[in-house]
Amino acid sequence: MSTATATSTKRTIVERLTKSWLYIGLIGIGVVSFVRIVTDTDDLTGAGTIRAAIIATCPILAAALGGLWAERAGVVNIGLEGQMILGTWGAAFFTYHYGPWVGIIGAAILGLVGGLLHAIATVTFGVDHIVSGVAINLIGAGAATYLAEAVFPDYEGGGPRQLNGLEAPTQITIPGVSDLAKDVADRHWFFVSDVASFIQALTTNISSLSLVMFALVVVSAVVLWRTSFGLRLRSCGENPQAAETLGVNVYLYKYIAVLISGALAGIGGGFLALVSSSGFSTGQTGGRGYIGLAAMIFGNWRPGGLLAGALTFGYTDSLRLRDTQSVHALLLLVALGLLAFAAFRAVRKQVRGALVVAVIGVVVMVWFLATDSVPREFTVMTPYITTLFVLALGAQRLRMPAADGKSYRRGSAG
Amino acid sequence: MTSFNPKTIGLALLAPAIAIILSILVTTAVIAAVGSSPGEFWSTMFEMPKPRLRVDIVNQTAMIYIAAVAAAIGFRMGLFNIGLEGQYTIASFAAASFAGAAYLGGFANVAASIIVAMVVGAAWSGIAGILKTTRGVSEVISTIMLNAIAVTLVGYFLNNYGVKEGNTVHTKNLEPGSTLGGFAPFEDRDGEIWALSIIAVLVGVGFWVLLNKTRFGYDLRASGQSESAALASGINPKRMILVSMMLSGAVAGLIWLPALFGGARNYGTSFQVGLGFLGIAVALLGRNRPLGMLFGALLFAFLSVKSNDLTFSTDVSPSIVQITQGVAVLAVVVTYEVVRRWRTRLEQRAVSRELAEAREATA
Repeated sequence: MSTATATSTKRTIVERLTKSWLYIGLIGIGVVSFVRIVTDTDDLTGAGTIRAAIIATCPILAAALGGLWAERAGVVNIGLEGQMILGTWGAAFFTYHYGPWVGIIGAAILGLVGGLLHAIATVTFGVDHIVSGVAINLIGAGAATYLAEAVFPDYEGGGPRQLNGLEAPTQITIPGVSDLAKDVADRHWFFVSDVASFIQALTTNISSLSLVMFALVVVSAVVLWRTSFGLRLRSCGENPQAAETLGVNVYLYKYIAVLISGALAGIGGGFLALVSSSGFSTGQTGGRGYIGLAAMIFGNWRPGGLLAGALTFGYTDSLRLRDTQSVHALLLLVALGLLAFAAFRAVRKQVRGALVVAVIGVVVMVWFLATDSVPREFTVMTPYITTLFVLALGAQRLRMPAADGKSYRRGSAG
Repeated sequence: MTSFNPKTIGLALLAPAIAIILSILVTTAVIAAVGSSPGEFWSTMFEMPKPRLRVDIVNQTAMIYIAAVAAAIGFRMGLFNIGLEGQYTIASFAAASFAGAAYLGGFANVAASIIVAMVVGAAWSGIAGILKTTRGVSEVISTIMLNAIAVTLVGYFLNNYGVKEGNTVHTKNLEPGSTLGGFAPFEDRDGEIWALSIIAVLVGVGFWVLLNKTRFGYDLRASGQSESAALASGINPKRMILVSMMLSGAVAGLIWLPALFGGARNYGTSFQVGLGFLGIAVALLGRNRPLGMLFGALLFAFLSVKSNDLTFSTDVSPSIVQITQGVAVLAVVVTYEVVRRWRTRLEQRAVSRELAEAREATA
């Protein structure tokens, strides 16, 4: 009897959550559309912007997924940045010789090597995870630079610091849908056109690798949360002692997780070299491994959350390449969002939090009204400042795996 | 005490020795793998550096050492200040702007700029400290974010308020009265050891005194080793976190000042990035000990500076030393961990043997 009521309440919570997410999504699109019309910046949700945002999102997403795999097994992987850099080189080298798909595998393998180093140091030898990660970032950056200087100058289109003209993975266009969506998007109607340009971006010349990246989010979610393998892997991140007493080979699972983590970061690097730009260049990652880590924390160590985080950061990342007017329009969006969040908190009777958010919202609103454009540098900073805010305001609500970052020795279960 | 036990010293030196051998092996393997000659590489690297490079090595050692001390202050407290990079970037920019504006003349300007750098560095790391103490935000993530923000922020100020010269932008040049000469150990054309390299010595000695001879140093080490024990003995952990984070940032602010007042004279293209991460690496290499870090800084400076010779005499690119440095750090932390486990096992065995003997004696 009591179990029946428990499951039914659980179900209603799930239903309520999915419903509220749907509403939030709809309201979100509505607000964006409203801002677009009020500020007369069609670029804000133009297919071009969304396309650029998707391309900017994918590498961050890959790194964030990499972070998710490692941290769910209890290993903090700051080395994502280094593994990503190794991936850019791997993608360039293997694509030059064997074409883009082998190139992606090459990127994954190079990233995996970085992951292996991290696993050996942290799992087998119990070195502090951050320390090992920092060392791997040094090694990754050094190795990619050195290997590029040693190998690429002899290649066609290559130089000591770059390798251009690499073949990209195929792009996909769905003929009928693409044209129809473009038609509707070009009308600039409220709401409908915004959705249409999103569909247009998804169905016109989208890189197949982008689709793979989004598929990997779903695959990761299913494997980690819907299989016994995933349950065991996550148990290593929550309570390795308990996992070991139940017969889980903690070291093995941690190794697998960190190797996958490195491979995913490597694929992210490969995306940068093959899709985001048409070639390798030294220092291409520009800290995206760290942003990925931030996106994962932003997303509370959950696949859906990190996808939202990666999209947010990818969107702001892509905006710096576009005209400053749309960034300025975005200020209004941010201000409205903050005020809505403040209202939400006020309803929840969190007076202090509501006040803080409201004040920030008003400041952003004043900024929007008082200026005509936003300096590019401020757009660049957005993901980082957002992360700091999310951490500062929501650190208590974030819940990382219980044994995350702690080194574990076999047999310590006693 | 046991600190002069030859066995202990041997164990302490064992780890760095293994690490250095390992990084030499890996470097050799990588060079051989891409088809260059490792023999040529090592003979070039181990040639006696020319006087000019010797001066460079001293200057670089000084800056890396300051960075290492900044990192070590955090480490000894159990804090991971990855934000050195951002702290010294923003502090160097602030100091260069202040010194360039020439509010004060001569030496007073230098002294005031040093204070500006320390205050700005401390303020920037203080953000991470406050976020940690009031909101429980991990300093690792917040300082990574602050690094990125600092770099963009400095770029913004430089582009909008800097002096444009061709394609480059920099802060106002120091007036001749505010630049400090140095000490030229060889001929003039070989360059000078920058006057403010002395900061490295002061910081190193200061660090040792602070840790070993003051109440604060005791509190710091205690908190780093066990927060609960520190709390029990009346140390306020939040205050310690904030103070040591800011102290670390203040020292980080000093990192690039020798170059600013020595050769660079403005903040612009001559600004050297990456010293913060090198400092972290050297602190790990030298186990946060003043002398160990000195050795590490010298080694890293030697590798970085001497690698410039590679372009002339070999086909190995200088960036190979980055691999050597990275492997050295990873190897040293791994071997220390292995040695530590081994030593614990030895101690456990010794204790159990003594206990067994004691039991036999009483029986």
